[in-house]
Amino acid sequence: MTTIAPEEPALEAVFDATVAADERIEPRDWMPDAYRSTLVRQIAQHAHSEIIGMQPEANWITRAPSLRRKAILMAKVQDEAGHGLYLYSAAETLGTSRDELLDKLHTGRQKYSSIFNYPTLTWADVGAIGWLVDGAAITNQVPLCRCSYGPYARAMVRICKEESFHQRQGYELLMALSRGTEAQHAMAQDAVNRWWWPSLMMFGPPDDESAHSAQSMAWKIKRHSNDELRQRFVDICVPQAEALGLTLPDPDLTWNEERGHFDFGPIDWAEFWDVLKGNGPCNEQRISRRRRAHEDGAWVREAAAAHAAKHGKADR
Amino acid sequence: MTPALALGDDALVLSHRLGEWAGNAPVLEEEVALANIALDLLGQARILLSLAGDEDELAYLREERQFRNLQLVEQPNGDFAHTIARQLYFSVYQQLLFDHLATGGTELAPLAAKAVKETSYHRDHAEQWTLRLGDGTDESHTRMQRGLDALWRFTGELFEPVDGLDAPWAALHDEWTTRITALLERATLTLPQGPQRGAWTAGGGRQGLHTEPFGRMLAEMQHLHRSHPGASW
Repeated sequence: MTTIAPEEPALEAVFDATVAADERIEPRDWMPDAYRSTLVRQIAQHAHSEIIGMQPEANWITRAPSLRRKAILMAKVQDEAGHGLYLYSAAETLGTSRDELLDKLHTGRQKYSSIFNYPTLTWADVGAIGWLVDGAAITNQVPLCRCSYGPYARAMVRICKEESFHQRQGYELLMALSRGTEAQHAMAQDAVNRWWWPSLMMFGPPDDESAHSAQSMAWKIKRHSNDELRQRFVDICVPQAEALGLTLPDPDLTWNEERGHFDFGPIDWAEFWDVLKGNGPCNEQRISRRRRAHEDGAWVREAAAAHAAKHGKADR
Repeated sequence: MTPALALGDDALVLSHRLGEWAGNAPVLEEEVALANIALDLLGQARILLSLAGDEDELAYLREERQFRNLQLVEQPNGDFAHTIARQLYFSVYQQLLFDHLATGGTELAPLAAKAVKETSYHRDHAEQWTLRLGDGTDESHTRMQRGLDALWRFTGELFEPVDGLDAPWAALHDEWTTRITALLERATLTLPQGPQRGAWTAGGGRQGLHTEPFGRMLAEMQHLHRSHPGASW
């Protein structure tokens, strides 16, 4: 290491100039250790969220009320597994491995989005997840398509295309319920009531409590602050809720002419931190199920490896 | 019963079973693969059931005794080897049958021509995993053999003539047996020895006689639809 130390300031200058010029950092480029570890943490957490996020929706695959809806939901859950795969690959370009990251997920050393610790209690929850949860994810992720790290930015371009499709499908599902029978309308409203606040929490803590924000923005990993994105999301959702014929569960929600934005009520940050710490309604269930799938599948992975060792790659 | 109903029920029920794997697969690639196969089958089911009537009415409002699917496809997933054994037996059969139907002049020909491409992918997936598990570790070998043995008794039904469906059933059975035998040999596995049929298996599913797990599967599949009569989704 001492032999390359004298060059480091020069390398860092190249890195800084690349970021400043809005060009992409690629896997073989020099990058600060902290930039690398921040990206590994963020991409891994993003990948884990896709994988854990399959569970609340898969919960309804076997009960989907029409074959069309069932096909849409299966396709969506399949896309999520695919997104997980893209993202683990993007993380691997930074010198880690999928196995290592999954191990960190299973042992609780890396997190996933707190939203997936809420239960899907009715069919309408599938729609609310599509509209609100995927909507919030897209608001967060579209700016990541311009993230300074090339492999992550490119993964996000592909993911955002599919996510916006899911989001429209969720909206359309809620629309069908909202305009359906009284019971269906009530089901849709109840789901929106339960998912609205957790969706707003998806943007993370308020700007003054966000640990990594300033550095991530300087490195152009992040392009907008948590509160900016949250505001953008609220502004998008209010007219959509109106078009759906559903209300958002916030008595303080009003248009602020002066700001040109909707004002909204206070978020229950105690709940946010509690869920993040592992005390949400489904934290234990989600991680146990993931661990169980992994453990139950160990013999299958061992078989594939043993077979490949015997027969070489041609047979794989 | 129309042939479209029997074949549509096969695809619908197997798709449902594969859908139960979502979030539980041994590796992420298999999450994608199993969901993919489930989706292909659901697509086939929708086309076939639509030929027989209204897809949702047929899927959600018939009772157990009215379903015409093979007993094989309603069998619970079991472990991964059990699921692969079911996929192997069914996909080889389905590909042979659809290959035949694709060149026939019936209303099923266009569907069969489209589905046979999907089915050959399903068969390839099942064959590759049969090879990996059979010729993998001792444990995987044992589990794969157990899966094949357990499901063997449901395979006789695959070649029971389906009313209204003109196919060379005996020849299809011979071809199926040849292919399965050859593959199992490569996978260091043994062709199961027991009978391929029994009092409640061969032809049972096609007559609406099913196995016990099937009713529970339908209860889960249909409950929401049935709870809201006349609603659209």
